[in-house]
Amino acid sequence: MSRVDTFHPFARVLHWLMSIMILTMLFVGAGMVTSVEAKHEWLLSIHRPLGITIFVLALIRLGFRLTHPAPPLPADMPEWQKLAAHGSHWMLYGLMILMPLIGWGMLSAGNYPVTLWSGFQLPPILPAGPALYAWLREAHRYLAWLFFLTFLAHMGAALMHGLIRRDGVLPSMTGGSND
Amino acid sequence: MQEPKKRPPPANVAGRWALIGLVVVAVAAAFAYVGGWLTPSRLTPKRLVNALQASGGEHPGFRRNHAKGICVGGYFEASGALARYSSSPLFAAGRTPVVGRLALPGGNPYAADSSVPIRSFALRFDLADGEQWRTGMNAMPVFPVSTPQAFYDLTVATGPDPATGKPDPEKAKAFFMSHPEAGAFLGWIKTAKPAASYVDETYQSINAFYLRDANGERHAVRWKVVPETPATGDGGPAAGDTDYLDADLTRRLAQGPVRWHLQMVLAAPGDPVDDATKAWPDDRQTVDAGVVVIDSAQPQANGPCRDVNYDPTILPRGIEISGDPIVVARSAAYAVSYLRRTGEEGHLPGTAHPKEDQR
Repeated sequence: MSRVDTFHPFARVLHWLMSIMILTMLFVGAGMVTSVEAKHEWLLSIHRPLGITIFVLALIRLGFRLTHPAPPLPADMPEWQKLAAHGSHWMLYGLMILMPLIGWGMLSAGNYPVTLWSGFQLPPILPAGPALYAWLREAHRYLAWLFFLTFLAHMGAALMHGLIRRDGVLPSMTGGSND
Repeated sequence: MQEPKKRPPPANVAGRWALIGLVVVAVAAAFAYVGGWLTPSRLTPKRLVNALQASGGEHPGFRRNHAKGICVGGYFEASGALARYSSSPLFAAGRTPVVGRLALPGGNPYAADSSVPIRSFALRFDLADGEQWRTGMNAMPVFPVSTPQAFYDLTVATGPDPATGKPDPEKAKAFFMSHPEAGAFLGWIKTAKPAASYVDETYQSINAFYLRDANGERHAVRWKVVPETPATGDGGPAAGDTDYLDADLTRRLAQGPVRWHLQMVLAAPGDPVDDATKAWPDDRQTVDAGVVVIDSAQPQANGPCRDVNYDPTILPRGIEISGDPIVVARSAAYAVSYLRRTGEEGHLPGTAHPKEDQR
């Protein structure tokens, strides 16, 4: 079923799968940089392979999105809300692709092995250098904050569409009906 | 354009808005909790490094611990004897380049070499397949404490008192009274003397790790590098000479490479693998994994070890962390120290500039 007022089923599956992965990723990141116990190490061992998985899925998703347009927003939505909706969606796409790349690049710049699991490394994508490492590490931190805040706004807006406006926006992603 | 499916406003709009607000706040609060903002008493890597920094002073661009040191280079020549205990290609007979660092514990890069009776040796092995093994070893038999919290408490108790700027012996005494596990370390350090050379010291991993062999069996180990150079005795440096270690190393390297044997000590059943305050008995089976050969040295200001974080959890396949909580805490704290000094090195906004830039 590919109605014009809902996202394609493949896009919906990717959306919900990745929402769980990205939210997990943000929590794992916040937890691992603030802990010194054993969990620091196992959170780190989740963070890298999960991040690369998100990166690959985000590229697939971007390609699918560019070839399968999203259902239009309700015509009676105020202009600023439409602008915010489009802006935050492209922001989320950008961060999904940029954050794993920055993480990968940051480990490369720090001359760390980019170990996804024991014995398996990705090649470095940037030259080693302390300044580059520090800039990317700080970018990773602040963009993670931006990612989390954008996610909160996205979730709040989705709930607003579903609970207050009760228009077709939330069902377009849940696949349910608003009738 | 989609037909607007506008419906009449729902009943209880305020309640619905409150529900949305509640969900958003709950998720944000969970994130804040995980990130430690709701529990300021939690020991974070940042607090650990802040304590070390308070103890060693502010020295932008330098490591927050083991700040004074020298870069060394060379290779590891594996004997092949460890290959049956670890599947790492590092231990098959052959040569692997190393980037190392010999250093003094403590956060002051200008400390006198005689100020502390401990020296340290860090090594990074660069395997041909892109894997790395990083280890930081110390010339002492045991660690003073078994947990990250106790290490933090020790650093605070022996660091400068905020009121006087000087360490308070009463606080240190109180710490050791309540930490009997430090007894072995205290007993050792009472008689320990600052060595006159880096090259005749034995450096130990102190923390336990696991080797994993090709059959998937794991073996608990600690390792040490044992010098080929005979002990040079107590022929100490001239009075007032505070930087004799680098000079000694340079002089010896001019005569030829210096060598250590990498010895893996295998635990017997019942030996503690999660407590660095307890030494294992001397009679444990030891495997000579090969020779670490050091043939060059460079000042750390521009040497290849400067930008290396000797994080002890960076291990090739065939070596794994154990349940020793100090290892993971070292990894977490080193990452903070590394970001601080690379940020200072890179002149990131808000960081202090390294001293050589302030001239």
